[in-house]
Amino acid sequence: MTTDNKNNQAGDSILEKPISRRDILRLAGVGGAGLLLGASGVGAIFGAKGSSASVAAKASSEDRIEFYGKHQAGITTPAQDFLMFAAFDLTTNSIDDVRKLFKAWTEASASMAKGEMIGEVNDNLNLPPADTGEAAGLNPSKTTITFGVGPSFFDSRFGLASKRPAALVDLPAFGGDELREEWCGGDIGVQVNANDMQTAFHAIRNLARIARGKAVLRWTQEGFQRTGGADPKGATPRNLMGFKDGTGNPDTKDEALMNDVVWAQSGDGTPWMAGGSYMVVRRIRIRVEVWDRSTLGDQEATFGRHRDSGAPIGSKNEFDSVDLAKKDEKGKPLIPVNSHVALARGNGSVKILRRSYSYSSGMDNRTGQFDAGLLFICYNRDTRKQFIPMQQKLGQMDALNEYIVHNGSAVFACFPGVREGGYIGDTLL
Amino acid sequence: MKIKVAAVVLASTVVFAGCGSNNNNADNAKEAAANTTTNTEQSAPKVENWDEITGQYRQYALDQTDKLVAETDKFVQAVKSGDVETAKSLYAPTRMYYERIEPIAEALGDLDPNIDARENDVEEKDWRGFHRIEQALWVNNATAGAEDYASRLLDDTKTLRALIETVDVEPSLLVTGAVELLNEVSSSKVTGEEERYSHTDLYDFAANVEGAKKIYELLKAELNKQDAELEAQIGTSFDNLEQALAAYKSGDGYVSYTDLKEEDTKKLSQLLDALAEPLSQMGTILGA
Repeated sequence: MTTDNKNNQAGDSILEKPISRRDILRLAGVGGAGLLLGASGVGAIFGAKGSSASVAAKASSEDRIEFYGKHQAGITTPAQDFLMFAAFDLTTNSIDDVRKLFKAWTEASASMAKGEMIGEVNDNLNLPPADTGEAAGLNPSKTTITFGVGPSFFDSRFGLASKRPAALVDLPAFGGDELREEWCGGDIGVQVNANDMQTAFHAIRNLARIARGKAVLRWTQEGFQRTGGADPKGATPRNLMGFKDGTGNPDTKDEALMNDVVWAQSGDGTPWMAGGSYMVVRRIRIRVEVWDRSTLGDQEATFGRHRDSGAPIGSKNEFDSVDLAKKDEKGKPLIPVNSHVALARGNGSVKILRRSYSYSSGMDNRTGQFDAGLLFICYNRDTRKQFIPMQQKLGQMDALNEYIVHNGSAVFACFPGVREGGYIGDTLL
Repeated sequence: MKIKVAAVVLASTVVFAGCGSNNNNADNAKEAAANTTTNTEQSAPKVENWDEITGQYRQYALDQTDKLVAETDKFVQAVKSGDVETAKSLYAPTRMYYERIEPIAEALGDLDPNIDARENDVEEKDWRGFHRIEQALWVNNATAGAEDYASRLLDDTKTLRALIETVDVEPSLLVTGAVELLNEVSSSKVTGEEERYSHTDLYDFAANVEGAKKIYELLKAELNKQDAELEAQIGTSFDNLEQALAAYKSGDGYVSYTDLKEEDTKKLSQLLDALAEPLSQMGTILGA
């Protein structure tokens, strides 16, 4: 090692033998961490090679979701506590630059999913560290990073117009839309989820930094739901209207169902998307002040469910089937026909996989009211056949529209999973 | 370097104490020490002609301050003679000579606040310099009361000129100075907070970028030897930013900051970040 290492930067070695962020603390003892990170301990850590590897494996297995695989993580994997969503616009016109960016993002994402520091040089006093550092010592926190490209990616800049999937359509205007440019679109969409907000922010921040000179942030949105700590049993989360949200989601463990509802198939007309999925993002502001002064009866009639149990109106349990034919004694449907559940469910034949998060973005200074709501995210196999018809019905008739406004919107074709050695989008580029 | 080596050895001790396996400690320690030695050898100064480069930068700084003194003299004369319009027209172009070499001036103690402090940066009784006069010219549309500040400004620029003669320009000052110049733009010029009365921020913007470009040009050949891709990336990013900035030229100068729309400042800011990020990697030529 003494001689072989002559031409080997300390940083190269860190790639050969990954050390998790947590191990840096563990190995050093908490007190020594600052010293170690600050003073170029990389070479020293390598001395401890044998023992560190086993610790790393143990520490991360239960808290880690593999980045590489048949499908991208963050779609059918269980939803983590936090979301950091970012849309990017490419500033380069060179497809080579895009490839370079996607390769660099892949490498960094795989490291962050493992809870490792990114980059090669984190210890040179004359340089800014490659990793911004705020996740040092933190668990991987089940970080998933999911990438997709929007319709504008297929404009004339990169010569990819002919590769645009037919299913990646621009959404039509829906009833009730009040879209704002500042929360719409993007050449690239990146969904980061983690059970730790700081870790999620770290991921987006470092991806944005890596992108400098090639892509810029277009818009971002943070999201949250109740944490696993607050709800260890993992019941269906409630949205900011107080109702359970996601009860009707298809079972992600049912592989055949996922192939039917979520994953684009090779026969769908866009071979490079096989194993990928189409993501729809809608920033939906909830008029919480208005909602809070509506009666419980109105609220339940709006959703078509009981607030407390989540059961369909007239039923007892959350997962009781939604029977739209049930009538009250006067012959009126128990679940109002314009209720959210009635419209979203329809005849039950059209499904999407929802993976939404609540958001709170401070205050609307024009009104003094909360800017809070739902960052609706769903995945479907073909947006034309699933999300669009569903939202057309909702936009026109949903009783919920009185209390919500869609002010942001974007669609992305999320690539199939990446095999180790490959990079995001390599089936397209 | 010595201090750093000691720190690494100390750190490795901590590592071994923490991992609990004693069997290979001696060997590992040897390996670690060997690594350290290797790194130290590698990080010996890579650039042969530092003296030449820093000498050229020193000369540049002297040239800029020579012009700063000469132009400030004209500006000060206009203020003292009560010629508001001439003073206004000389204000922004004069400041550019200062903005190009700001990191050096900042290294010289109180001179930077004396010359360049904005209102509330310092206590009211200590506030003087360009921006105090800027306030008189644009807010009061008068030179009355600014004459004394004008005289002191000229003295301060002369002191700056004298002190720069004595500065020992370190390679690290060059490398960090280039990034600092762009950080200046990023934190106050692109937001219009630097020239809050005259709105001549784009003059400062351009001058800061020119100052950074000068440093890049001095280091370019060496950087190219060590990391051609990085050097090219910085060059392209300068081109992109300069091109965008050129769109806001007006006569010999630049349009008012108030003419910029949000999308304009956002674009400039993003191009600036796109340049500053690779530029911040120039330290690679200093070694580890």
